[in-house]
Amino acid sequence: MKSYDVLMVLSNHLATVGNGRAIDRSAIPELSGQEFRQAILDAVASGERVASLFGVAEAQAEVVRLYVVLADDQDSRFRVGTTAVAGDRFTSLTPDCLQVHLFEREIAEQFGVKAEGHPWFKPVRYQASLRPGHDAWDRATNEPPLVGVTDFYRVEGEEVHEVAVGPVHAGIIEPGHFRFQCHGEHVFHLEISLGYQHRGVERAMLGGPNKRSIHYAETLSGDTTVGHSTAYCQVIEALAKCQKSARAQTLRGIALELERLANHVGDLGALSGDAGFLPTASYCGRIRGDFLNMTALICGSRFGRGMIRPGGIGFDVDQKMIDELLRRVAAGKKDCKSAIELLWNSASVMARFEDTGRVSPELAEELGLVGPAARASGLQRDARNDHPSGIFRFSHIPVAAWTSGDVFARAYVRWLEVQRSIEFVEEQLAALPGGAIQREVKDLAPNQLAISVIEGWRGELCHVALTDAAGRFERYKIVDPSFHNWMAVALALRGQQISDFPLCNKSFNLSYCGHDL
Amino acid sequence: MIKIALARLQQGHRTMRYPDGPAPEVPERFRGRPVFDASKCPDGCAACADACPTQAITINGTVKVDLGRCLFCTDCIRACPEGAVSYSQDYRLAVSNREDLIVAAGEELKLAHALDEKLMKLFGRSLKLRQVCAGGCGACEADVNVLQTVGWDLGRFGIQFVASPRHADGLLITGPVTENMRLALRKTYDAVPDPKIVIAVGACAISGGPFIDHDEVQNGAESLVPVDLYIPGSPPHPLTILDGLLRLLGRIDDRVHGQTSVPTPSAVRPPVGAPG
Repeated sequence: MKSYDVLMVLSNHLATVGNGRAIDRSAIPELSGQEFRQAILDAVASGERVASLFGVAEAQAEVVRLYVVLADDQDSRFRVGTTAVAGDRFTSLTPDCLQVHLFEREIAEQFGVKAEGHPWFKPVRYQASLRPGHDAWDRATNEPPLVGVTDFYRVEGEEVHEVAVGPVHAGIIEPGHFRFQCHGEHVFHLEISLGYQHRGVERAMLGGPNKRSIHYAETLSGDTTVGHSTAYCQVIEALAKCQKSARAQTLRGIALELERLANHVGDLGALSGDAGFLPTASYCGRIRGDFLNMTALICGSRFGRGMIRPGGIGFDVDQKMIDELLRRVAAGKKDCKSAIELLWNSASVMARFEDTGRVSPELAEELGLVGPAARASGLQRDARNDHPSGIFRFSHIPVAAWTSGDVFARAYVRWLEVQRSIEFVEEQLAALPGGAIQREVKDLAPNQLAISVIEGWRGELCHVALTDAAGRFERYKIVDPSFHNWMAVALALRGQQISDFPLCNKSFNLSYCGHDL
Repeated sequence: MIKIALARLQQGHRTMRYPDGPAPEVPERFRGRPVFDASKCPDGCAACADACPTQAITINGTVKVDLGRCLFCTDCIRACPEGAVSYSQDYRLAVSNREDLIVAAGEELKLAHALDEKLMKLFGRSLKLRQVCAGGCGACEADVNVLQTVGWDLGRFGIQFVASPRHADGLLITGPVTENMRLALRKTYDAVPDPKIVIAVGACAISGGPFIDHDEVQNGAESLVPVDLYIPGSPPHPLTILDGLLRLLGRIDDRVHGQTSVPTPSAVRPPVGAPG
């Protein structure tokens, strides 16, 4: 812990930005490498989090510049600082600040700079460096990285064995590789190696916005179409100084909560299935579809494609549609209650859920977890509450948290959120404000940095854009909640039975494509 | 136990009667097959083609749309000054040949034909598929998964997703095939015993989708393996996917589920000329 005075001095080195706002890049203080490190360490020590930490290749591509976005959840603001990396290396902060571990590996991989002293210095997505000729692992430019080829952590010893799963999995799920170090059923260690879904979205965003940009946002993680497209549109609107109508903001909020409802209900059903309790599994599978169909009623797409557009929304609702939505939400509420409450009354389910895959509050804090996974470990962390934007500035959804940090907590937090989201949707539909659904979006301001944060159903979605002198994207950084949370899945498995992996994994239900971009 | 029984009573029986009964209703704003009314097109106008994020629309005398590239978004509708573009409620989109997905305005879509006699004998009553997600956003996977819920109950057609390529009769591929999934897809395909079929679901698996021509992707499954059934959409509706699978197995009776060849436009009319 640093003294209060030192903190105050260092705070002055960082620029302050609100959610959905932009600042001039010249207002972001330039720090030395040492000051940059210290600013992050001090901020984290005083309860702030690293929402984003990323690199930008400067015009000549010889210099890599780092930006940090620190979330001050208490005061609803973000603090931003920058530093230039001298040469092809920087000193890793991970040994002193665990939550930057993946960010540093990402910076190294994308820009070919070494994070010296990083305890697990490995690629993140197995992508080629964005700066040809600079590679953090000294590979030749014409030597493409081979996905999954790395030195996995190994436990040696008699009767210790390794279990390798994926990239192609047994069900209908995205690809990823899981390497377990086991002794019989007992898991000593799990390492998760991703990157199979990497399709180059951040690279493709450079020079934008263009006609594909919104579609990239919609497909960052298909189950979070509304969340990510809202985050993207908020960036555009911050840069174009565009004010949305109250009606558009409210309908965005309704779409976001419908997305949360569909996914949470689906997850509760899948968790039930993994515990071998079929009634809730089959009911929730169907009810999830009912919520998706409500989104489709508004915009024609079950995933909300086309719903969120810069300046507002793509589809309006009329009274007939509102009545139909209210009728369906009421039916969904009844079905959810009957299906989901069975879980908490079934001893066979509770025996599997309780004390499985526990993540302590301290670990959650240290890893910088977000979303239901953080709230299930007792952290009161919810961007709708901490950094409200749009309708959430006027209508507050109470934060749902639990403390046990196990599979039960991650399931129960979802059930609490389902109930609160239903309440919110009913309330908003009953009093929908008037106004245009879309307003004109002008050109983006040049030389700005804009931050947009949305509480998606998995947690915090953080988009940061830097514009160049022509108002085009010089960098577009996306952080899906999965990026923060994958490490927690690996650690939750320690000391567990390998047969509990599906249950633990489903209790987080993280995105592979949102991580791999 | 009583609570479980009561919940069972409340939830009721929800499996749809389709295809023996009517298809489940699609929403009013459903984006099925796109419809171009070429008679409204002013000379030299290419607003829809210019707005399309995936170059799915070409205008060379006639307007043609490549359903394999189409994201079923609303960019062309918004761009068209004459209101000549709309989406129909026709959910039937699956075809057997890639070129059949490129359709001119007013032209009928050549829907997928059933497997040949030999394959039908093998797979007609029991088709085991291995699903490979090869990039993309996970939405196609989600709506394939939906077919396994009680409402759709894919199992009643003898179609099942299996946990090993060795147990499979074919692959159902989603995603643009990222560079990082190329080897895994190849190995999975090789591990499926012959004869085998491949089904490409979604714009990504057919053409690369929004990621067309990225260095990091392969522009779809066909770049690596032969494809027998193409189901377009981004993502396709579960009904579109099921229709495709059932057509492949010769289990759709067009006398029951046929619609007019050029379907009537649906209610999708977002504000014209709005930015977007």
